[in-house]
Amino acid sequence: MIFLFYLLSAIMIICGLAVVFSKNPINNVIYLIVCFLAMAGHYILLNAQFLAVVHIIVYTGAIMVLFLFVIMLLNLNKAIILRKSTVTRVSAVITGGIFFLVLLAATRQTFEIHARYPFASDFGLVSGIGKVLFSEFLLPFEISSILFISAMVGALMFGKKDV
Amino acid sequence: MVALNSYITLSWLVPAFPLLGFLISGMAKNRLKNNQAGIIASILVSLSFLMSAFLFFALRSSGQESATVTLFNWIAAGDLKIPFAFLIDNLSVTMMLIVTGVGALIHIYSIGYMHGDDRVNSFFAQMNLFTFSMLLLVMGANYLILFIGWEGVGFCSYLLIGFWFKNPAFNYAARKAFVMNRIGDLGFILGIILLFFTFKSVGFTEVFSQAASLHSGAPLVTMITILLLVGAVGKSAQIPLYTWLPDAMAGPTPVSALIHAATMVTAGIYMIARSSILYNLAPVTMNIMIILGLATAIFAAVIGLRQNDIKKVLAYSTVSQLGYMFLALGLGAYSSAVFHLTTHAFFKALLFLGAGSIIHAMGGEQDIRKMGGLRKKMPVTYFTFLAATLAISGIPPFSGFFSKDLILSKAFENNPLLYILALGGALITCFYMFRLLYLVFFGSQRLSTVHPHESPRVMTFPLIILSILSVFGGFLNIPSLFGGDSRFGEFLNKSIISAITEELGSATEIGLIVSSLILLSLVILYAYRIYVKKAFIPVADGVSTNIFSKVIEHKFYVDEIYSAVIEKPFGSLSDFFFNKVENKVLDPAVDEVGILTSKLGNLVRKLQQGNMSFYLFAMVAGILLFIIFILIV
Amino acid sequence: MKEISSAIQLIPLENYIVLSIALFSIGMMGVLFRRNTIAILMCLELMFNSVNLLLTAFSAYHSDPSGQVFVFFIMIVAAAEIAVGLSIVVMMKRNVDSVDINLLNRLKW
Repeated sequence: MIFLFYLLSAIMIICGLAVVFSKNPINNVIYLIVCFLAMAGHYILLNAQFLAVVHIIVYTGAIMVLFLFVIMLLNLNKAIILRKSTVTRVSAVITGGIFFLVLLAATRQTFEIHARYPFASDFGLVSGIGKVLFSEFLLPFEISSILFISAMVGALMFGKKDV
Repeated sequence: MVALNSYITLSWLVPAFPLLGFLISGMAKNRLKNNQAGIIASILVSLSFLMSAFLFFALRSSGQESATVTLFNWIAAGDLKIPFAFLIDNLSVTMMLIVTGVGALIHIYSIGYMHGDDRVNSFFAQMNLFTFSMLLLVMGANYLILFIGWEGVGFCSYLLIGFWFKNPAFNYAARKAFVMNRIGDLGFILGIILLFFTFKSVGFTEVFSQAASLHSGAPLVTMITILLLVGAVGKSAQIPLYTWLPDAMAGPTPVSALIHAATMVTAGIYMIARSSILYNLAPVTMNIMIILGLATAIFAAVIGLRQNDIKKVLAYSTVSQLGYMFLALGLGAYSSAVFHLTTHAFFKALLFLGAGSIIHAMGGEQDIRKMGGLRKKMPVTYFTFLAATLAISGIPPFSGFFSKDLILSKAFENNPLLYILALGGALITCFYMFRLLYLVFFGSQRLSTVHPHESPRVMTFPLIILSILSVFGGFLNIPSLFGGDSRFGEFLNKSIISAITEELGSATEIGLIVSSLILLSLVILYAYRIYVKKAFIPVADGVSTNIFSKVIEHKFYVDEIYSAVIEKPFGSLSDFFFNKVENKVLDPAVDEVGILTSKLGNLVRKLQQGNMSFYLFAMVAGILLFIIFILIV
Repeated sequence: MKEISSAIQLIPLENYIVLSIALFSIGMMGVLFRRNTIAILMCLELMFNSVNLLLTAFSAYHSDPSGQVFVFFIMIVAAAEIAVGLSIVVMMKRNVDSVDINLLNRLKW
């Protein structure tokens, strides 16, 4: 099982780096999709089955498709490849590295957290999540519908030619 | 008579009337026409005079010695309690009568003199303000109210001397007067502070009742009296702070009459007379005053011998007479000094107003070498001027005789040498005054371009009143020698404590009077011989070769000495500060602060270029720093 | 089910933390690195996902479903945000005719 974990992590990290460093926007999207699939694998490893499926449906199925739509709409694959200056890119990489190290240092103390055994075997199922969602988190759930409506309205407004 | 109390509560009206005149003339400056401002001012000052007269009669008939009227509590801070109060007693009511009486006459005169001037309304406003300040000075019940009036008259004198401000020389004279007064004021303020520290109060009644317990010659009292003396020296133009008075003749003649003859310069005398109790305790200061007064009297008289401007002669004679008053104060004869102040107010104001009448008739000419033969053309002016000249010379029975003789006899009591020197000064005074009279009124007219005529009645009326006072004013204080009872002196002695106790024997006194009279008549005849018989006209400026004449003509070079020793170093110091410190250091420093702020702003502005990538970087950098900060600290 | 429970036991929590931090910093590096607006949005998605992973890991190790519900909400918000963000990109293309992020610099002094 650990082997599975390491495999999935390796795929994720390599694809993440590829997202950052690739030039073609379509390639970007493809690498990200692969990354998300690996993420879904991680979810299953953690027994969050509902979440894994939702992840694939929402992220991979909707959001990435939306990205592809917009890229093709704007005809970006024929665009000039834009690059920042070398200094900026090097400093960006260095900043990322520093950030990684700092956060690692910051979370060092959490390495002593021990898990609480035993794990319930049904806690990642739909019923378990549903129970918590509709009892404790009912209000955010309803308000998220308003959030979606406003997002829709906003997106529509932006899309019009003459506002 | 009516009770004192009912009139006392109205005593605030006395200074209020001129203040009202100031406000009316000042605020309606552009709407009053012709003589309206002058008429309002004169009426208000005359009302003040009537009120003062009421107070005088009420005070005399009530038998009380003094009364205090508190208007309101002005300062109450810890130990320091200073009410805004007036003290009505014999001395202050005398000064009030002089100020308002002579002031009213001069206001009436100014209606005629300043007619046609385009700033005449401001003139009357300033004159009224001056009268108000002077009344505050003489009516105040503590040193601080006196000081308010003191400063007020100094300020009004600055305004009035520089009244015709278009001429820069006049402005310089006004500034000079103010600065010299200021030097005296510094001493005065220090004296008041020391007074407060010694007696814990500045009110007259408190200080004087406490002073009685001190012993004579105490160093603290000597210090206080010397500091107050410095103030008086500045205000009353004694050596060394007298040079502003002749230069102050740049102002209109009524101003010279009111301020520099009758009222402001006498403020120092009044203040010292009021503090007589303190001065009696400090014999050192009294000796200083004797020497100072005598020196000033003779020095100024000698300078006056060679002056050729009619107003300058009168100015130096004022300085000289003030020296006599200081001499009297130093001898301890405070009431004699105030009596001489009164008679001096009468005849000096008369002299100045007469001079104004002459200048008016001569079309602005002030040089006596160009005048002459005005006796026939201006009879009223001539007779009044003659009366005043006889008074100032000390010829009986004019008023000047009584007051000057009192001082001379007190001087003889102290030390015969003082008497001889004072008599010498009196003789020189007589000489130059008669020189002035002869050169102006006798002989033939030397300037043919003007046609002098008598002044209008509004100007001659005050002259006549003042001449009556000069002639008969002496009878207020006839000494026992002549059968009188020194009423004026006794009246004042209720408020002042004199130091003289001895009296001369009548034989000595008669001998002194007779000898002085003989010498005076000899001087008058001598002057007559030179200036009328031989028709000697003084030479033009700068012609005389005699070393003495040169020195006296240039007023002993005092002005030049002051200019070189005091003014120039201060001027160069001020220039240094301006050029080197202000322009090179302070101004650029202040500018730099502004420039620095703007440079800093420019720097910060570069943070907001709208560059998205930079913003992202900044965000990440911020979060990084925050986390590191939390980790480390 | 049982295998999955035992599988979770085997993997220590530190691994997930390190993985999540690595993904987060990679995403951040991408945001600073790329000039294309759409690419930036994609790297933003990567950062979101790293947080999701961490939350799920903690939720699994504490047997608390609230963590997974929270992930659910994050996904909702991410979806809405992408919708609006992409429409902004479309508008940007219409205005300045490029998706270069350095061309959006009117918000200056």
